[in-house]
Amino acid sequence: MTIIQVIASGLLLGAVYALFSSGLTLIWGMMNFINFAHGEFVLIGMYIAFLVVTYLNGGPLLFVGTAAVLLFGFGIVIYYGLIRHVMRGPILAQILSTFGLALLLRYLAFFIFKADFKTLPDTIFPGTVNIGGIFLGMPQLVAGGVALVITLGIHLLLKRTTIGSQLLAVSEDRQAAMLMGIRPDRMQAIAWGLSAATAGVAGALIATFYYISPTVGESLALTAFVVVAFGGFGSVPGALVAGLLIGVIQSLSAYLLGPIYKDIVVYAMFVALLWIRPTGLFGKAA
Amino acid sequence: MSVPILLRVRNLEVRYDDLVGLADVSLEVAQGSVVALLGSNGAGKTTTLNAIAGLNRRSAGSVEWMGEDISELPAYTVVSRGLTLSPEGWRLFTQQTVEQNLRLGATVLKDRTRAPALLDRVYDIFPRLAERRRQRAGTLSGGERQMLALGRALMSEPKLLMLDEPSLGLAPAVVEMLYEKLAQLHRDGLTLLLAEQSVPLALEIADYAYVLQTGRAVLEGTARDLQTNPQVQRIYLGIDASN
Repeated sequence: MTIIQVIASGLLLGAVYALFSSGLTLIWGMMNFINFAHGEFVLIGMYIAFLVVTYLNGGPLLFVGTAAVLLFGFGIVIYYGLIRHVMRGPILAQILSTFGLALLLRYLAFFIFKADFKTLPDTIFPGTVNIGGIFLGMPQLVAGGVALVITLGIHLLLKRTTIGSQLLAVSEDRQAAMLMGIRPDRMQAIAWGLSAATAGVAGALIATFYYISPTVGESLALTAFVVVAFGGFGSVPGALVAGLLIGVIQSLSAYLLGPIYKDIVVYAMFVALLWIRPTGLFGKAA
Repeated sequence: MSVPILLRVRNLEVRYDDLVGLADVSLEVAQGSVVALLGSNGAGKTTTLNAIAGLNRRSAGSVEWMGEDISELPAYTVVSRGLTLSPEGWRLFTQQTVEQNLRLGATVLKDRTRAPALLDRVYDIFPRLAERRRQRAGTLSGGERQMLALGRALMSEPKLLMLDEPSLGLAPAVVEMLYEKLAQLHRDGLTLLLAEQSVPLALEIADYAYVLQTGRAVLEGTARDLQTNPQVQRIYLGIDASN
């Protein structure tokens, strides 16, 4: 029974991984651009949740909504203010720009919030739920459920809506998209907005059961990179499956081998997978 | 009364860094006509069409559309004026379905409620596309891809449709079908500017043609005149008469 318990918690954690990784994979898939500041976008979402709860006494709907809206705007500002310009430069400029942005945001967080760990009160989603003998924490259950729904929503948005079709058109052939009358800049700005919004929502959800500190974005970003590579670069369904898988692997190895080994197992499998199948589980060969 | 000129290109020049893609091309397309751009591979047909459509920046000369200078406009604005290019190599969105490709073609429509009627019209012209509507464009055969490229361009309701090498790489039977469709569209009032390597094919449908050679328009005339002009074949084949 315990093992099922462990797998279930792993799946919930994995759904949140999938959510913030889908934003990273979206940007990669659309413009072959790696956003090294993605973990810090998650971090901003966490601090927004903290501020809304602490100073406005807001509920989950308010702090998750605020994180989504503010990060959507932030993503668009970052696109027009930074990304659009460095895209014209060499690849190193692209890498360093978001790496620099990550450091800026991280140390801004140190400056404003200091290095202390902050947590949200555990009264936001109180208690645990017993599903057939499996006990799941309410915060994890809500976070996992919401993350799953939003990740699927992103997938449907891309596959079923006009705006999704235009986003994919720009990602496949920018010039041909322009010949259709689509403005690539506008689409890429929307992609950045969406990507940042999913990161923000993920951060706000994680904050309900995880500590908040300026460096937490770093380890989350690392997880996101593993998920994106596992799932196949640019694939949202791939990110979903890979996110769930990595959540479960982490939980299982923490349970079976001890918590300090969980990351070793994940990264060892990651390296092995890249060696055997560099395109990821769902990726297409170049 | 003369027929209005839709498109007027004057002394167009396009440079890629130091390379000259186009040196000097001037042409006119009158409403309701079919104009052909002839020339061998590398003569500048694609560069000309891309420059008109706003994909390439011109370095000199002008492009005038219905009296307005459009030479500085980006491609997504040019197409919204009713001047649509179906580019070389089709450039379909292979990851998306046939129907999604067609709907993307309708992006510029001011009245989006017209899209279903236009979709029906395209399916009417190419019933094969209707059969394949849920299939990804990447799974289509060469002929079907050309149909889709043409259909997608028609979804923008162009006043002038520019086609870049529509016959390239297609089986003769498919090419014949395609040109019948183009002739039909022309009879229904569509103006065409057609880049084509195959001179006989182009002159069969065109009213007027320009012959390009190494980035310059070197010869022009009515299709009838060019069909009997010995110079056309010489230029087209690139053989110097003095040899």
